[in-house]
Amino acid sequence: ESLTQVKYGAVSASVAQTNLHRDCRWYSVSHLSVRERIEKKRKAALVGGGQKRIDAQHKRGKLTARERVELLLDPESFVESDMFVEHRCSDFGMEEDRNKFPGDSVVTGRGRINGRLVYVFSQVQSIIIIHEAELVSLQRLHSLFVLFFFSICSIMDQAMTVGAPVIGLNDSGGARIQEGVESLAGYADIFLRNVMASGVVPQISLIMGPCAGGAVYSPALTDFTFMVKDTSYLFITGPDVVKSVTNEDVTQEELGGAKTHTTVSGVAHHAFENDIEALLNLREFFNFLPLSNQDPAPIRECHDPSDRLVPSLDTIVPFESTKAYDMLDIIQAIVDAKDFFEIMPNYAKNIVVGFARMNGRTVGIVGNQPKVASGCLDINSSVKGARFVRFCDAFNIPIITFVDVPGFLPGTAQEYGGIIRHGAKLLFAFAEATVPKITIITRKAYGGAYDVMSSKHLRGDVNYAWPTAEVAVMGAKGAVQIIFRGKENQAEAEAEYVDKFANPFPAAVRGFVDDIIEPATTRKKICSDLEVLASKKQVNPWKKHANIPL
Amino acid sequence: MAAHSLSPPLSRLLFTVKYVSLHSRCCAVHSKAHYSTVYNPNEKTFDKILIANRGEIACRVIKTCKKMGIQTVAVHSDVDSSAVHVKMADEAICVGPAPTNKSYLNMDAIMDAIRVTGAQAVHPGYGFLSENKEFAKRLAAEGVMFIGPDTHAIQAMGDKIESKLIAKAAKVNTIPGFDGVVKTAEDAVKIAQEIGYPVMIKASAGGGGKGMRIAWNDDETREGFRFSSQEAASSFGDDRLLIEKYIDNPRHIEIQVLADKHGNALWLNERECSIQRRNQKVVEEAPSTFLDPVTRRAMGEQAVQLAKAVQYSSAGTVEFLVDSKKNFYFLEMNTRLQVEHPITECITGLDLVEQMIRVAKGYQLQHKQEDIPINGWAIESRVYAEDPYKSFGLPSIGRLSQYQEPLNLSNVRVDSGIQEGSDISIYYDPMISKLVTYGATRNEALAKMEDALDNYVIRGVTHNIPLLREIITHPRFISGDISTNFLPEVYPDGFKGHQLEVDARRELLASAAALYIAAQLRSQKPYLCYRVSTIPVKCTHWELCVELGKGCHAMEVTKSGDVYNVEVDGGKVEVIGAFNLASPLLPLTINGSDRMLQFKVRVLSKLASELNSYMPEKVPEDTSSILRSPMPGTVVAVSIKPGDTVAEGQEICVIEAMKMQNSLTAARQAKVKSVHCKPGETVGEGDLLVELQ
Repeated sequence: ESLTQVKYGAVSASVAQTNLHRDCRWYSVSHLSVRERIEKKRKAALVGGGQKRIDAQHKRGKLTARERVELLLDPESFVESDMFVEHRCSDFGMEEDRNKFPGDSVVTGRGRINGRLVYVFSQVQSIIIIHEAELVSLQRLHSLFVLFFFSICSIMDQAMTVGAPVIGLNDSGGARIQEGVESLAGYADIFLRNVMASGVVPQISLIMGPCAGGAVYSPALTDFTFMVKDTSYLFITGPDVVKSVTNEDVTQEELGGAKTHTTVSGVAHHAFENDIEALLNLREFFNFLPLSNQDPAPIRECHDPSDRLVPSLDTIVPFESTKAYDMLDIIQAIVDAKDFFEIMPNYAKNIVVGFARMNGRTVGIVGNQPKVASGCLDINSSVKGARFVRFCDAFNIPIITFVDVPGFLPGTAQEYGGIIRHGAKLLFAFAEATVPKITIITRKAYGGAYDVMSSKHLRGDVNYAWPTAEVAVMGAKGAVQIIFRGKENQAEAEAEYVDKFANPFPAAVRGFVDDIIEPATTRKKICSDLEVLASKKQVNPWKKHANIPL
Repeated sequence: MAAHSLSPPLSRLLFTVKYVSLHSRCCAVHSKAHYSTVYNPNEKTFDKILIANRGEIACRVIKTCKKMGIQTVAVHSDVDSSAVHVKMADEAICVGPAPTNKSYLNMDAIMDAIRVTGAQAVHPGYGFLSENKEFAKRLAAEGVMFIGPDTHAIQAMGDKIESKLIAKAAKVNTIPGFDGVVKTAEDAVKIAQEIGYPVMIKASAGGGGKGMRIAWNDDETREGFRFSSQEAASSFGDDRLLIEKYIDNPRHIEIQVLADKHGNALWLNERECSIQRRNQKVVEEAPSTFLDPVTRRAMGEQAVQLAKAVQYSSAGTVEFLVDSKKNFYFLEMNTRLQVEHPITECITGLDLVEQMIRVAKGYQLQHKQEDIPINGWAIESRVYAEDPYKSFGLPSIGRLSQYQEPLNLSNVRVDSGIQEGSDISIYYDPMISKLVTYGATRNEALAKMEDALDNYVIRGVTHNIPLLREIITHPRFISGDISTNFLPEVYPDGFKGHQLEVDARRELLASAAALYIAAQLRSQKPYLCYRVSTIPVKCTHWELCVELGKGCHAMEVTKSGDVYNVEVDGGKVEVIGAFNLASPLLPLTINGSDRMLQFKVRVLSKLASELNSYMPEKVPEDTSSILRSPMPGTVVAVSIKPGDTVAEGQEICVIEAMKMQNSLTAARQAKVKSVHCKPGETVGEGDLLVELQ
């Protein structure tokens, strides 16, 4: 009876065995129908590397690849692709191999996050166990990785065709020399797709384990890289190689842990406490994003009145212009329900960037942070801001900019580091952006930094000034010291300068700001402007691509 | 702590669950006038008054001035330049930088402000210069009216020793063991031994409970002497002390008096102020459940005798300690408007500030003793920016990111001097507001207080509403069985937050689950038609887990329309609500009754909750070898240096915050590894002070 059901010889030839548990059981054509075998395979794939491997992963405080996907996506929405792919070494009689199972290296497929389409790949960390146990030959590993690359590339291609984001859950075993040349090619295949997809569909990497060597460039090419604290690492070369090359003693955590990359290097955009926090936050984050560059910024039902007045803003800017305040207070008071998803909250803190909603519509927020280094622009903050602005522009997300900037940070460290070309990136990004751009000058807008921060001159759609705004070439004290060098009555001159320039009028009379508004009305104004600007159409001249000063 | 943000875990739960009667909500529009006396516009008083204070009391005085058509001048420190009292006043003058001794206590600057603005009178509020005879003298010298008693009365009553002698002479009951000025710690010990322990030590010049310490033995007396003299010196510029017999288990009941310059004096009934922490009042009520008419009259009459004995004019308060047998002893007289004056205003209908201004101008009292009523009951809760889980309240600072007073309810009065966006700074008293409710009966006033606390929205600073709500709903408080030891007796291990009954817990869990589902469903409801269609999760049944405290509660929820049926902890709860996910308050109908909720809990899907058990526990920092500042403040003294060996309990440093000095001690015997603070430095909460080896 079973024989009569075997109609697809090709399938039965490749699906030769399942070897799940220690007491490996054999299913062959003679015993089971194809349908039964499909079921068995599917079940086997779902169990992944077997209970032992699942336990091992849990013991490390981490979830398995499949659990991660399940948690990330809506219940029962995951449609797996390439589930039956497994390394083909089995075809050549490697029966003694007990470690082979379907979906061996990566779980790939599509699913939904709050009903919205997303493509996902989740690396199976158990590969490293194979490696550690030295049970596999180099040949085996190669074929394994070829499959791994094949699966990832395949879903990235699908995501591009359909126009939906790709989320990668990275947890590779780390770089292995044994991977060989073939893996170099495989990584390059992924890199190419990352680059092709850049600006077409949002790409997010969540690093949930070690990720080293060539593998790190894929997350680096994606739009956002998130990490899990204490369990994830990103580095080009591990501590051992570092020790042998530069003689530095450094731990994995110090070299490439979540803290390092979210505070020092700026490689990662956010770090979360554990796998579950990371995945649940990723779902929240996903809600902000459009599916592709062909979609408008998403709009969610909003319970926060768009015309809500915010009286607390009337007193937030201190009278003394040297005194700091927290730009986050302004942002949170203005956006819908104080819901602000900050990107890179611990890196280059003198600029604040992140996503929020205004009357339900996703917006990108950029703000100078007077609390840190007076909110000045330096190399790191310029690059942080520029990359964020470009993401928003690529994906049709309006940009709201809060300006309180005393200028670019002076000094040899900055000049030698190339503040000119790095600062130019932010300038470039704002100038190039064609999405709705609304700017609010809360206090200082001095010098070149004024121009950079989404000024009217860079095609800002609506630019507002609060009564506390001062648009000027520089602060009163510095200006007077230069203009009246060596002369007496500096204090008098300073007072005159303050009277003339330390207010919004010089900019307003020249049309550099559209209006001087009461801070309390800022939310109302922005919401109504965004409503109008929703149909904004602006096209840059045709070019192959611009040449941003990298 | 927005109601909808469910993701961040919370170590401690702040929530309130309470029945809100529909009746009170309907009545919310008809707010009752606070005062029954009518202001007589023909009675001319002053053209312009300067208010030498800040915060809620400055605002309170300005309100009455506006009613009386008097121009107002506010004084403020530089950090207060956009404070509410400054905005409310007709004119405002900056009198110096933030520290109080450079601004609100800066007599020169305030005298200048008076001259510049031409104010004819000064209302000092409470605290600051309100009981400073020097200030009153300087005003008198310039012909400016001090709205308060004259210098003689301030001086006589301001000195705790002299005041008792006068009280004794006026046949007012005084506390046994009364004694004199103390010079050294050993003197203090000798005096204490003569009186017999326990004794109380405090600054002679200080008012209220600040700087008051209780000693049960010689060592504590020495320590108390040192602290009190330091505090007395820093707060009052007068390091004299007072030691007296400490009455165990007493009630603190005070009599409001009002006297004019023509020898008339009235007693305006009592205020029960027994609920205190560290000798500072937390909840007050008027009248007291404890007094019978006879005792009330006896206390009132003695209070008036004392007022007359010092030719008192204006409003004042005579504080008594009352023991369980209704024996009462004179404690002190506060020659100023008291913080808790609103409850007296509620039950008598008098506007005390108006009366003070009238009396200062020289008018006779409008009322006779028999005209003073007790109309209903009034309760006052002092809402503080402080962490009630640390010794019933350690100061907390921050910016009020969200602030909403429960003024939508009837019979609620909120005296505050802050608004959304205001900063609670380390420089001043951390009081946010005085929440007063009143009703025909005590039960009515208490029920209203519960509602009002539930409807109060404060975000950005830690506040003591959970403790206040716990006090006013405690059976002992409701029955009136209270003393000044109420808090330590009821919460011997400190306040740990509300312990939920099974039903209340179920309701809270069910509400959290319903809220979570509402938020989830909103995320799946797109407004626009997208290129790629959205497939909402067609779910009407959820399995969830809510983390509450340390436990995780599994539940099943089904939803139809706005009705959520929740099965949790073996019970069924029906939650009805149209969730506004942007509102800090959550009005729900739970099992048929209306409730107002604010809470913060973590909700997980069943799957996430199951997997959560695999997540590693983050190892908390070992705190026995480091000392962190428990509150923001200024380092006053550092008693150790690196290399020293400290014994367990030995003082390491002293932090002053909001005028309180706090001694930080070693948790174990150890060698000091490093010191990260020095005297005079400002430290934030959680800042590392000292590392031990």
